[in-house]
Amino acid sequence: MTDLAAINPTLLVFALIVASTPILLAALGELVVERSGVLNLGVEGMMIVGAICGFAAAYESQSPLLGFAAAALGGAALSLIFAFLTQFLLSNQVATGLALTLFGLGLAAMLGQNYSGEAVPATPRLNLGPISDIPFVGRVVFGHDWVVYFSLLMAALVWAFFKYTRPGLILRAVGENHDAAHALGYPVVAIRVAAIAFGGAMAGLGGAYISLVRVPTWTEGMTAGAGWIALAIVVFGAWRSGRVVLGAYLFGGVTILQLNLQAAGVAMSPELLSASPYLITIAVLVVISADRSRAALNAPAALGRTFHASS
Amino acid sequence: MIRLERRSEPNRLFAGITPVLAVVATMIAGGAMFAALGADPFVTIRTIFWDPLFSEQFASYSRPQLLVKAGPLILIAIGLSLGFRAGVWNIGAEGQYIMGAIAGAAVALAAYPLEAVWIFPAMILAGAIGGWAWAMIPAILRTRFNTNEILVSLLLVYVAEQVLASASTSWLRNPEGAGFPGSRNLAQYPSAANNEIIAGTGMHWGVAAAFIAVIAAYVLLSRHILGFNIRLAGQAPRAARFAGVSPNRLVLICFGASGALAGLAGLYEVAGPARQISIDFNVGYGFTAIIVAFLGRLHPVGILFAGLLMGLTYIGGELAQIMLGLPAAAIQSFQGMLLFFLLAGDVFTNFRVRFGGRVAA
Repeated sequence: MTDLAAINPTLLVFALIVASTPILLAALGELVVERSGVLNLGVEGMMIVGAICGFAAAYESQSPLLGFAAAALGGAALSLIFAFLTQFLLSNQVATGLALTLFGLGLAAMLGQNYSGEAVPATPRLNLGPISDIPFVGRVVFGHDWVVYFSLLMAALVWAFFKYTRPGLILRAVGENHDAAHALGYPVVAIRVAAIAFGGAMAGLGGAYISLVRVPTWTEGMTAGAGWIALAIVVFGAWRSGRVVLGAYLFGGVTILQLNLQAAGVAMSPELLSASPYLITIAVLVVISADRSRAALNAPAALGRTFHASS
Repeated sequence: MIRLERRSEPNRLFAGITPVLAVVATMIAGGAMFAALGADPFVTIRTIFWDPLFSEQFASYSRPQLLVKAGPLILIAIGLSLGFRAGVWNIGAEGQYIMGAIAGAAVALAAYPLEAVWIFPAMILAGAIGGWAWAMIPAILRTRFNTNEILVSLLLVYVAEQVLASASTSWLRNPEGAGFPGSRNLAQYPSAANNEIIAGTGMHWGVAAAFIAVIAAYVLLSRHILGFNIRLAGQAPRAARFAGVSPNRLVLICFGASGALAGLAGLYEVAGPARQISIDFNVGYGFTAIIVAFLGRLHPVGILFAGLLMGLTYIGGELAQIMLGLPAAAIQSFQGMLLFFLLAGDVFTNFRVRFGGRVAA
């Protein structure tokens, strides 16, 4: 029976933010990677490795904070394989990224085989006393765990990094024209490795948010394409931090809405509803890319190209 | 100091031996991984690579399985390799595989219980069309709207999995199945069953199709202008444009071919080894085929051997799971590792390694 009245708007918006945060974290990391001219398709693999590293560490130490730290380290460590292959051995970025995803999915499943069905301590929510008791706003704005605020803070920092800082400008220069940046004396490879490691750490955090907060348990393949969605969100966001936030929250909204519609028993096939976040992501990608001139302007010019200093 | 110097053209010797080196390196690194899991690395490697073929105890069962596993991998990888050569990235073969299986099975289930000779050919056609049509979505979005085909083809895998779930729980469900998900058993429907051509060898029609695809791709790439254009577009996109090769046409052709072959692989699987449409019908052949394509150097003959080797790791992995209690995921990371080593080894194909300081010009 359809029961739309049972959908609670406060919980809906709250859940939307929870669903968006892992994708936002991973997309912000990939945004920095792509701005440096590197296309890392291994986001899904780094997220799932982050998810299991975070879960295992939080389970063993009973500390969610340590879990997130381990997830960031795990994601960064995995991304360094990609960095080594693409930056030092000059391998094809598309193929290497795919390899990273395939390897990461296998590795995570292997690491996690003893952890399925276990529980981890909850990540504490912010408690501001009376402010948190305000209806709607208290829960939606002030009632989250620290990772949600951290992800938004990171969005602001990434924005400020590119807009106001010299290292941000250098990173963009490397992504636009690595030969020119090299000629000016900037360490192209070192900058890119740093960007890739940052992207890995952020993807790891995103994965851990799924296994420690959103679900929170460990199951094989639990990221379910979130890494690929994050890659799509970066394109949607035109490589800008603010629009990436918008894209991630839009996607989170679609996910939560379809889950609520399924729960309310709307007369639509549950499979179609489950597929809707992916279908809508594709539709959005089409709309964004259809405008050829603008899409080409925004993408970093050296994206996906291998850099080899001949002198 | 170690420097890399670009070779004027890829070294053919290294291009040939890199896959072998990568397999050896993977065995060493994989052995270390298995040791870390508490298994004897030598026994594990022997269980994966030797026992399925030569052990007296298991070989009679597992030898035919080699062709069963390698068939779909080769079929899909041949299609993918065309695109990868041209710089067209179809990474959603898993979804095209599912859609081919659904389309082919739907034809069979619509005809059930009629017995006729045209049913199996019609299923093959439907399987190819199903995979082709699913691949046309990213291809057309790419050519018409310039949408990133990597992301779209991959995202469609998740959509195809939902279509599969819907098919096996509602519109293709066995009406006599007591409400359980899953379609009728196609192996018990003689007109639709994809049986072994030679009993006891694992050689079913899908394996035959894989061999035909290898030969066809070889002829296409070495003798036909289209194959030349595909190679040209990958190696020198600008030159290809000047030579009148339409990039959009190549995208449509490469996606169409790989989608149709992936769909065929799905159809042969559902009518043969898998027997029915079920929720967990797809086992990741579409993704492993990416590794097969690269391991085979995007060359049809190379893919044939790579497919057999990857098929072997599947069977050996299952054997290691039963005999040594190795986790199923271990073999997946093993396969991923193989692709890493392969990509790393390519540096020697394209570059010369120089030691010592920089020579003054």
